[in-house]
Amino acid sequence: MVVAEAKPIAEILQMVKDCQRVVVAGCKGCVTVCNSGGEKEVGILASELRIARRAAGQDLEVLEYTCERQCDPEYIEPLDDLVKDADAVVSIACSVGPQYIAARYPYLAVYPGLNTVFIGGSVEHGVFKEYCQACGTCIIGDFGGLCPVARCAKQLMNGPCGGSSGGKCEVGKGTIDCVWHLIYERLKNLGQLHKLEQPWGYKNWATSREAGPRTMIREELRK
Amino acid sequence: MNLTAGSNLEKILKSGQKAVTCECGPPRGANADHFRHKAQYLKECADAVNVTDNQTAVVRFCSMAACRILLDMGIEPVMQMVTRDMNRIALQSNILGAAALGIKNLLCLTGDHNSFGDHPQSKNVHDLDSVQLLHCVKTMRDEGKMISGTEVDGRPAMFIGAAANPFADPFEFRVVRLAKKIKAGAQFIQTQCIYDMDRFRKFMEMANDMGLTEKCYILAGITPFKSVGMANYMKKFVPGIIVPDEYITRLKGVPKDKVADEGIKIAVEQIQQCLEMKGVAGIHLMAIEWEEKAPEIIKAAGLLPRPKVS
Repeated sequence: MVVAEAKPIAEILQMVKDCQRVVVAGCKGCVTVCNSGGEKEVGILASELRIARRAAGQDLEVLEYTCERQCDPEYIEPLDDLVKDADAVVSIACSVGPQYIAARYPYLAVYPGLNTVFIGGSVEHGVFKEYCQACGTCIIGDFGGLCPVARCAKQLMNGPCGGSSGGKCEVGKGTIDCVWHLIYERLKNLGQLHKLEQPWGYKNWATSREAGPRTMIREELRK
Repeated sequence: MNLTAGSNLEKILKSGQKAVTCECGPPRGANADHFRHKAQYLKECADAVNVTDNQTAVVRFCSMAACRILLDMGIEPVMQMVTRDMNRIALQSNILGAAALGIKNLLCLTGDHNSFGDHPQSKNVHDLDSVQLLHCVKTMRDEGKMISGTEVDGRPAMFIGAAANPFADPFEFRVVRLAKKIKAGAQFIQTQCIYDMDRFRKFMEMANDMGLTEKCYILAGITPFKSVGMANYMKKFVPGIIVPDEYITRLKGVPKDKVADEGIKIAVEQIQQCLEMKGVAGIHLMAIEWEEKAPEIIKAAGLLPRPKVS
């Protein structure tokens, strides 16, 4: 899933400082799963904004809505009535959401209430880790199913580097597993260590963001 | 003698003599005189001098410019190049430019992570890693082709080096990775600072057993301790470096004004121990901001005068 975290409330208050009426829009997709932008968080953020503005002597009217998804134009549509008299929308979807809202309402201000941080998953309750950088050409089959692009701090294709110690990466003060250590252990278990004996060639980054913003077209679905 | 680049370092190693390289880091500013001053100490005691490329991810004046200064001083440079800051376009451009300036030794590295440096908010590149960079240089030199397959007009004659860290994990994989670097193009290796002699000895045994010392020249990395504080810092905070307690005990056991001398004495012993190991082709002395002590250390290790080869 796309993992996102709440922006500091002070930053959001600054964005909406000139507004009298805003819509806080959540999303029932990934951000609900990672507990940052679902129905519950919409309610919490709306309350925080109201309380802070009341304390500042400038009441703010906050409407609440949680979209089925914000990464699909049809699910933005239900906001039409709510945003009519609003000064802005604060979207707490991943950053796709506010951009879809901006596209639908050309004259309405839209602000992100979250920082979108990575594609990953939870490893225990409340702990999320990055697993993918959407490089566009998945190579993890060569590495025991583990991704050196997303999980090695230096994106080595021929690791581990000299900073791997006791299974940990030198970056992150012991909080990051050295994925190359994991790759080594896993290929050893699979009897495939020979895969690490040959230099791994040049990665084609043209399928990544490097070639510009990407579009995927599925002709069979368009018909 | 079959030479690929014809550098002094290559000639000395191929003649079977023990080589000595030293490190000289450019300053954090445009102070070329400071760099020249440090390099001058190394002129007579090193076969070639490594110029670091923004080491520890801290901005310094660039490696290629510093190499040119060394050439002007009559000192042979080893240009270090990291893949952290440049993509394959810039890396290949710099390889060609370096060759055009007369630089003949190139050390291919991935580089320290930018989060440790003075610009932790920078974007890193890592288009290639060190192994891919080795392959890239070798292919340009031997096949006259860039990564794209484009022919180069004038092949860069480089003696190609790489780093190895026998003290990182998983230990048993370190020689496999070394072998990979050799396959990719490494002709000489400069190791991480060695303090744990037993582990380095084991590493060399494994390298010998795999036949790697027949395929490349391994220079043992030595960094003298200037103080007890430095030894403790390296032990505790520098990942991939193992400092046995015995050295710290020795440094603590002498009067304060003798600690530096003891550090030098330890370095000399380490050099001698390394050179006794089968397969060690020379030493790489990294006397960090202590270049003035390099002649004394190398002399005491019995490695002066340096051989002249033609």
